[in-house]
Amino acid sequence: MSLVTGHEVDDLRISVAGPKDFFALLKPSVMSLVILTALAGMMIEPVPVHPLIGFVSLLAISVGAGASGALNMWYDADIDAVMGRTASRPVPSGRVTAQEALAFGLILSTISVLTLGLVANWLAAALLAFTIFFYAVVYTMWLKRWTPQNIVIGGAAGALPPIVACAAVTGSVSLASLVLFAIIFVWTPPHFWALAIGKVSDYGRAGIPMMPNVKGEKHTRFEMLLYTMVLAPLGVVPALLGQASFVYGVIAAVSGAGMLWLAVDVWRAPDPAVMAKACKKLFGYSILYLFLLFGVIVIENTVSLLLRVLA
Amino acid sequence: MTEHNDTDGVRLTPEQAKSRRARNIAIGLAVGLLVVIFYAVTIVKLGPGILHRPM
Repeated sequence: MSLVTGHEVDDLRISVAGPKDFFALLKPSVMSLVILTALAGMMIEPVPVHPLIGFVSLLAISVGAGASGALNMWYDADIDAVMGRTASRPVPSGRVTAQEALAFGLILSTISVLTLGLVANWLAAALLAFTIFFYAVVYTMWLKRWTPQNIVIGGAAGALPPIVACAAVTGSVSLASLVLFAIIFVWTPPHFWALAIGKVSDYGRAGIPMMPNVKGEKHTRFEMLLYTMVLAPLGVVPALLGQASFVYGVIAAVSGAGMLWLAVDVWRAPDPAVMAKACKKLFGYSILYLFLLFGVIVIENTVSLLLRVLA
Repeated sequence: MTEHNDTDGVRLTPEQAKSRRARNIAIGLAVGLLVVIFYAVTIVKLGPGILHRPM
């Protein structure tokens, strides 16, 4: 008779995980988007901030977002293991144990929230804690395995960084940061479903009720189009509110029209092969689109800041 | 006093020892960075007031 169960063997195993594996737990690609959107949220209000305070706040927000990614990978290791896209993640591949991922996520969550509170203010820290809670508990533990609206509602977690960053700098939640939140929130469904529509069998095997699995790909394509129809004009709103320049407005309008064009392509695709190709295109473009919008906000605010300093 | 010999306890494989060392260095660097950050932020937050303290 064996004295230890499989789970206990996993507990007793001596780790061979390197720093690179722990860094992978932070979902670096998601983190890069968080850094950019948080930076835009920090810059969209014309409030001067000490560069070091701004930098450390941004670091804390990024680490907090990464920590929620680690908690997600701890909880979702069972479903990550059966899906092609996620099977090589550190926990399902066995490089990092589930306990290590949990401890890493909890420690980084605590450090990032406390650091943001001490360095910036406690409103920002509370919002960061809420973001981590929303992603790790509300989305990962509850919504993801329960409803096809999982990534719609859960998208709020990914959309919060500009609000957290704005609160870190201004001490309040501004209308401009809420608009940035809305842009990412509405962007998430067409972005994520463009990926999910090609992974129906993966999600089916994992038992995740993604929209294409539950309502079918035709309905999903229609909803993707609806969200993109809201997203394209919403992207221009920062310029209409006077929080971004006319140049931003033009770029947002043109790139938004491009996104809408690709969403129409996905919606009208006559057969699965054309649809798969159109979805792949929309997925790639959606990432570029969001980087472009927030990148332009960051660049034009940096330029005006430099001009003010030089004047 | 008990004498320890080479066979006592867990002996790490070279791979385990190497990854542990790499993890320890990473933790050390992270803690060091935190110390530097909190020192620098303290200086920035106190500002010129750092020189005005009651004797």
